[in-house]
Amino acid sequence: MGRKLLTEHINVEGIDTFEVYRKHGGYRSVEKALKTMTPDEVVEEVKKSGLRGRGGAGFPTGMKWSFLAKPEGVPRYLVCNADESEPGTFKDRQLMSKLPHLLVEGMITSSYALGANTSYIYIRGELLYVLRILEKAIAEAYANGFLGKNILGSGYDLDLYVHPGGGAYICGEETALLESLEGKRGNPRNKPPFPAVQGLYARPTVVNNVESIAAVPVIVNDGGDEYAKIGVGRSTGTKLISACGHLNKPGIYEIELGVPVEEFIYSDEYCGGIWKGRDLKAVVAGGSSVPILPKELILKTAAGEPRLMTYESLSDGGFVTGTMLGSGGFIAMDETTCIVRNTWNFSRFYHHESCGQCSPCREGTGWLEKILHRLEHGHGNERDIDVLASVAKQIEGNTICPLGEAAAWPVSAAIRHFRDEFEWHVRYPQEATRPGAVFPGKAVLA
Amino acid sequence: MAKITFDGIEVDVPDGTTILNAARTIGGGIVPPAMCYYTPLKGSGGKCRACLVRVAAGSAKDPRPMPKLVASCVTPVQDGMVVENTTSEQVLNVRKGIVEMLLINHPLDCPVCDQAGECDLQNFAFEHGVSTTRYEEERRTFEKIDIGPLIQLHMTRCILCYRCVYTADQLTEKRVHGVLGRGDAAEIGTYIENIIDNEFSGNVIDVCPVGALTDKTFRFKQRVWFTKPVNAHRQCENPKCCGKVVLWYKGKDVLRVTARKDQYGEVKEWICNTCRFDKKETADWTLEGPAHIDRSSVISANHYELPVLNAQVIADLPESSLRDLEQNPPMRLGN
Repeated sequence: MGRKLLTEHINVEGIDTFEVYRKHGGYRSVEKALKTMTPDEVVEEVKKSGLRGRGGAGFPTGMKWSFLAKPEGVPRYLVCNADESEPGTFKDRQLMSKLPHLLVEGMITSSYALGANTSYIYIRGELLYVLRILEKAIAEAYANGFLGKNILGSGYDLDLYVHPGGGAYICGEETALLESLEGKRGNPRNKPPFPAVQGLYARPTVVNNVESIAAVPVIVNDGGDEYAKIGVGRSTGTKLISACGHLNKPGIYEIELGVPVEEFIYSDEYCGGIWKGRDLKAVVAGGSSVPILPKELILKTAAGEPRLMTYESLSDGGFVTGTMLGSGGFIAMDETTCIVRNTWNFSRFYHHESCGQCSPCREGTGWLEKILHRLEHGHGNERDIDVLASVAKQIEGNTICPLGEAAAWPVSAAIRHFRDEFEWHVRYPQEATRPGAVFPGKAVLA
Repeated sequence: MAKITFDGIEVDVPDGTTILNAARTIGGGIVPPAMCYYTPLKGSGGKCRACLVRVAAGSAKDPRPMPKLVASCVTPVQDGMVVENTTSEQVLNVRKGIVEMLLINHPLDCPVCDQAGECDLQNFAFEHGVSTTRYEEERRTFEKIDIGPLIQLHMTRCILCYRCVYTADQLTEKRVHGVLGRGDAAEIGTYIENIIDNEFSGNVIDVCPVGALTDKTFRFKQRVWFTKPVNAHRQCENPKCCGKVVLWYKGKDVLRVTARKDQYGEVKEWICNTCRFDKKETADWTLEGPAHIDRSSVISANHYELPVLNAQVIADLPESSLRDLEQNPPMRLGN
């Protein structure tokens, strides 16, 4: 059993209250940082820990912090991205609703490290009940002197606010989030300037995922070096994986990075295998936007090495034979899953969530969805598969924000690995669109 | 100052200039097209992706190429930057893709559209696109909306460049309209169809690159290439209005009044609604002379330059037209 750094006390009765959380070692990192460390020392610890952004891109958090511009006399902001809405990802919701004080503690320590006196938690609009939990936790922190003026007599002031979004996926993109937080329409900004230079209210801003911020107290308490010992290579620490799909035990698992994928799917400690005794067909390893991989490639890399749950191992082979760890939304599909239908479903999501600002994404996501809808409903033609791949390619890399790529990658990957199944839908629409139809294998196309 | 190399041409521009504006100082065929960027409007640009270019070297300090194509209208230059536009196969292919994307939901009703002939999308598609489409799906459509008595919004044609939103935001005192909805269902709208009531609102017609916002006093009156543009000015009572316009004549009638535009289709100075909609008599104006229309516009082809005809087309013309051609020989392609 791996170590649990974030979720060790998650099932303790009343852990969402200040007293219980404090009794279990809560807010130690705030005391340690504010009383014994300079802000730069905190940043240094985070750098040493090798913590990588848990929101999806996996950019080293310490490095992101050190990019923050620090002009004199200008306020800086820390914003926590709690707009978790990637299909297949549901770790932050659980973390925030069960352990609200962990996030508050992380926000205080991180804000101190960055020199921010006002910080925000931007939470997804649908998670209104979580917002209430967080607000209660923040009120308790204020009452106990961990927020507000002169925290713990250190002379450091911090105000923390929770702000709900309207439930748009696009507001999880950091610049769209900042626009939304400013009260504007949530359209991503053109970069440069990057948020580290001109972010919220055109001030230097750091935007971090909930899980990244929740890891900061652990790093400060135990030291960055200690944290870096967990994991493999440049993938250090623990990661929350939200496992869903056709698994015996779907749920949220805190794993030490480096667990083999095979063990994660089949061992009883984690997901306990595929449900109903069926065979695994494919896995989307990091939330709906990362490329889907068939069973052979998710369990073993193209070179035959066992695939591990790390940033590097999952992306081994690039997008040809690899994928990404992403946000840790692990979606497993059994042998009866229709990949075309699944891809259509993902596309429908991105079509609905595209902000409509830049043309490739606005028009392209709709186009992808319409073609996939036709294919899935038995009205596809021979040309469609190539058009799909080409449209996806036209979107990829040409948009303002990564939503374009997120929409294009699942489609490209599905065609790359499951082209036969698409062709089956084109050539045998009647069989393929029958309810409960299962792709009988490549032989049917011969 | 920063020295950049654009398509092999070196140019010095002040720091902070965008790549697009640096290219415009060179001018000619290497200038990337722009469908959403509009110099007078702060914050515009970056949306249509028509102006994507490849940065082959980021700067003298860090000569690595940028990983993705960048929008030249919003990316500032760095000293020693090397940019490829027409010299990069990748850029030209991506631009073809952008044309395709912009056109899939566009109704292509140019034969009945007032903008035809002076439409940025038409020019863009003609210069950079392919002549066929792969799109078989239904196109999105919207109902036409009158925003006030003078402007009609035909959202179906809109390419969501946001120019009119910035115009309304920056020229008028109150924010009058914006974008509603998301994705390809996004639309330019006013809050519960409020009338846009402002003395500078007519400028949204001029900034619209397509026929989505049209002048209701000019709708279906005339094809633009049959009208003659004439520069004129008047002493406007409105202190914010420059009073410098282009009158579009058909015979003796002024059919419409627009602001003056530069060679990239950008309005030089804004005009008020009184000048635009109410002053349609020659007597209201002091005429200056024919307005020069730059760019590849059919308007200029008809009035100020000899028509360019393709030799293959001439063979198919009826005899009467051929006789006319003999008397007024056209400029031929290729010589």
